[in-house]
Amino acid sequence: MTLTSFVRKNAFRNKRRSILTVLSIAFSLLLLTFMMTIWRSFYIDEGTAQSAQRLIVRNKVSLAFPLPGFYREKIRAIPGVTHVVNQQWFGGQYKDDKPENFFAQFGADPKELFDVYPEFEIAPDQLAAWQKDRAGCVVDGKLAEKFGWKIGDHLHLKGLIFPMNLELTVRGIFHAPLPTQSIYFDKTYIEEGFKPLKGSDGFFGVLVDSPENVTRVGQAIDELFRNSTAPTKTETERAFQLGFIAMLGNVKAFILIISSAVVFAILLVSATTMAMSVRERTREVAVLKTLGFTRGSILALFVGEAVSLSLIGGLLGSSVAFLLVAGAASQGGFLTGMKVTPPTILLAIAVAALVGFLSAFIPSYNASQTNIVDGLRHIG
Amino acid sequence: MAIPLSYNVRNLKLRKGLTIMTALGIALTVATAVFIMALLAGLNRAFGTTGDPLNVLVLRKGSNSELSAGGVQREAMQVFKDLPGVAKNNRNEPMVSGEDILIIVLPRKDGTGETNVTTRFLTPMGVEMRPEIKLVEGRWFTPGQREITVSKAIHDRFSHANIGDSMRIGSGDWKVVGVFDASGTAHASEVWGDINQISTDFERSIYSSALLRATDPVSAEALKNRANDDQRLELNGMLEPEYYRSQTKSGDPIKWVGQIVAIIMAIGSCFAATNTMYAAVAYRGREIATLRVIGFSRSSILTSFVLESLLLSLLGAAIGILLMLPFNGWTTGTSNAVTFSEVVFSLQMTPTVIGAALGFALFMGLVGGIAPAWHAASREILAALRD
Repeated sequence: MTLTSFVRKNAFRNKRRSILTVLSIAFSLLLLTFMMTIWRSFYIDEGTAQSAQRLIVRNKVSLAFPLPGFYREKIRAIPGVTHVVNQQWFGGQYKDDKPENFFAQFGADPKELFDVYPEFEIAPDQLAAWQKDRAGCVVDGKLAEKFGWKIGDHLHLKGLIFPMNLELTVRGIFHAPLPTQSIYFDKTYIEEGFKPLKGSDGFFGVLVDSPENVTRVGQAIDELFRNSTAPTKTETERAFQLGFIAMLGNVKAFILIISSAVVFAILLVSATTMAMSVRERTREVAVLKTLGFTRGSILALFVGEAVSLSLIGGLLGSSVAFLLVAGAASQGGFLTGMKVTPPTILLAIAVAALVGFLSAFIPSYNASQTNIVDGLRHIG
Repeated sequence: MAIPLSYNVRNLKLRKGLTIMTALGIALTVATAVFIMALLAGLNRAFGTTGDPLNVLVLRKGSNSELSAGGVQREAMQVFKDLPGVAKNNRNEPMVSGEDILIIVLPRKDGTGETNVTTRFLTPMGVEMRPEIKLVEGRWFTPGQREITVSKAIHDRFSHANIGDSMRIGSGDWKVVGVFDASGTAHASEVWGDINQISTDFERSIYSSALLRATDPVSAEALKNRANDDQRLELNGMLEPEYYRSQTKSGDPIKWVGQIVAIIMAIGSCFAATNTMYAAVAYRGREIATLRVIGFSRSSILTSFVLESLLLSLLGAAIGILLMLPFNGWTTGTSNAVTFSEVVFSLQMTPTVIGAALGFALFMGLVGGIAPAWHAASREILAALRD
């Protein structure tokens, strides 16, 4: 009998206990994978190549303050800037105030929006149709799928921030590499219903010709308006998004607290199981030793058993997490665009293996050190 | 006849290591659940207790927050002041306050970035209408000056929020002259300044909201309906507590993630508890059979083992709650779902939270213990005695 098959046979000697342990570890690792996925999508993912070349210019005081509309042409004049588009958050209500009916609505200039976001794909005839219709809008393909919108459908948005409602017609459906949860319409539509917005914009999206120029252009923009009535704050699209995550609160600490609780919980579960199974087998260990097994190989047997149980749990947990996240992401909402990647799964499994190793070490070490005579005398 | 509880206590004591490790596993799950529930309780307290039922908040029709564009015209304020049912203060002035909200960005002290902070501009009358808010340091802002008073939470959590510091709002620098305490209310995360000064700075002739103080609850209801029904003013009136209660949805992301975390951890703990109880049953095969021979019935053995599992989970719950106690009152912030600005709240381990945590642990103990207990009770006496 080889060492591996010995480990396998022992690991499932008490089937019920092994299955319960594996399931317990699997659930914990499911949660850990879930937390790591959130962490990754918040803090590690870089976004598309174009997004690294894009800057967002907002009022320095806060995003809630507008910028003068003429800034757009001044920004355009800065060397390195290829396109600038104005954007205005509308914040209207679709159907009702249920969170699942929430999506972003931006008023923008239809002539330049898709130049600043070249990774958004839209059929040329749909784009042309939108540019001609002041009350038209273009919608994210994923959103269109969720709400069942087709070209020519009418959307009614109740204005919560602005004292007006929008009656929009879907003119185009665009597809972005990452879901945007957004629709875009012609900003002049809001201006017609709410005059004070004429000549001012929420923020600007700026496309820079190369990634090397991004920092320089950003500084140049802020420098240009430093002494004006409305100084700006320019940051990369990524930094801008991270700002929103920072507003949610101390997300990092929240994830870390939960993750460490989970890891510690698996450690306890695994250690309990190993302690139980080592204790039951004290006499067997003594027999193995009499047969000539060394202390090292006995240690390896038990540690191997614990590690294989936790590896199975880890594999199970992270694959279920993969499926769940994929399923939830397609439903829209909070998890939109998130994916459990192979490195995350590998990390989860590595954590599982490490925990298995640590949990088995002390009971197995004690077992391997027991005196043969004491071991044989042990009553279970 | 029931098996005495001391039998179970002794058994738990006998296998100390196993008992402690399983209880710790349950404790971690309970601690996580307490953490999340306490966060939500704190958030509900911040919004749920804000507002006086005698105060009527008036917004533009169709708007759901004070942050909306457009709002209450100056002329409407004059109308409000003359409405019947509006309370008067001891100087015989009608208690009506026109207010404006701006969002400014401030850097957090702990270096986790900058965030939006609600800045409320109002008159001294507006301050007077919220008697629960107390000045703790310095003084209130002076009308006609670029001065602000900050809440204690803002003072503690943000840079540039000490007395003597200044913040740039619009075209001018506003000096911090005082700190107020509004803990446990939605105003706990606000900065307050003078409405007339900001109107001049921004050339705004409109208020984003108006607050009216009614003489009694009946008048409050009447004032609310009056504002809603006036076609000419196009306004939306509501009682102040109703408005803040509607913002508790800011806690939805925490609630949502929290529930998933608690459920998954609970399932994991249930399996662990089941394992431990199976082991307890397995060690005691002969003992259980002996109990049956003496005359204890199957149902009393079942009850006894379920009780042992419940004891185990209660021990876990106690450890978990004790672990979280030092965090009681710990303050943190999240984004308000309506105004996208910081709302500071604290962890509140209310009796409800503790009760729910105990219930949660008992549930885990019950689910984890029932199968092993059933197993113990249903074994044949002879087979078990022969073990």
